[in-house]
Amino acid sequence: MKTWLKITTVILLTYTIVAGLLFDVPRLNIVNETIRALYFHVPMWFGMVVLFCVSTVYAVQYLRNPSIQKDINSVEFANTGLMLGMLGIFTGMVWANYTWGSPWHGDPKQNGAAISLLVYLAYFVLRGSIENEEQRARLSAVYNIFAFAAMIPLIFIIPRMTSSMHPGSGGNPGFNMYDLDSKMRMVFYPAVAGWILLGIWIATLRIRVRKIDEKLIELENE
Amino acid sequence: MNKRTFLLAFLGFFFLSHLTMAQPEMADTMRSEGKIYVVVAILLIIFAGLFGYLVMLDRKVTRIEKKLPEKKV
Repeated sequence: MKTWLKITTVILLTYTIVAGLLFDVPRLNIVNETIRALYFHVPMWFGMVVLFCVSTVYAVQYLRNPSIQKDINSVEFANTGLMLGMLGIFTGMVWANYTWGSPWHGDPKQNGAAISLLVYLAYFVLRGSIENEEQRARLSAVYNIFAFAAMIPLIFIIPRMTSSMHPGSGGNPGFNMYDLDSKMRMVFYPAVAGWILLGIWIATLRIRVRKIDEKLIELENE
Repeated sequence: MNKRTFLLAFLGFFFLSHLTMAQPEMADTMRSEGKIYVVVAILLIIFAGLFGYLVMLDRKVTRIEKKLPEKKV
């Protein structure tokens, strides 16, 4: 990751914290000030989806033209994505507790998100259970594509077809869903970009550590 | 102005100045709007710390990468 992108990440997230807590937001019943959680809870999911997407692209690339590097990239992006997803679940539970009345409400989107996280957890279980490196890489790459394909309907389609308390149920929310007035967009879009960039930064760092590990193993074998 | 009004005015002034002294208002920005700025400051410190930590980790990895002999994995 380029240095200027890292600096952009820091600037965007610093802006998110200051503007997210201080700028004007619509005054709504029940949600009150918790509307500000939008700047922190929702970008976790955006980040997770982007990282899983990158992970799947590397998985496809691995199957087309296998190399250890692509396998490492695929795993570490999935790993960081899962981390963001768990943060999304936990922040969502806190938010739900104070606006919907209980941390786990059985909301279709909440259930779908939890199931897709379990699907991705199984990806790591699968990897851990195979000794042979090439076999592990190949099988997990195939599973990765299935996991991504399962996540899309679980998070984006099913909750919109049924009644969900998340915005956008029973239709296409597009980008005007949360009554996002222009003031909120001014914070929301930079927040999404900032959190996605932070996820990519951490993922690339993990990849670099894994590369060093691979090199050390190679040196030991010589 | 007779003595009585002067005394009243003096007492009134004394009383008023005493009232303002009873409620000292200082460092207004950090104490206004339910002290939200304090929360902002705390979050900024945490994020500054975490980012600094992340940058240090990043540099450490770069340093170790340079120590390794040049060879393709």
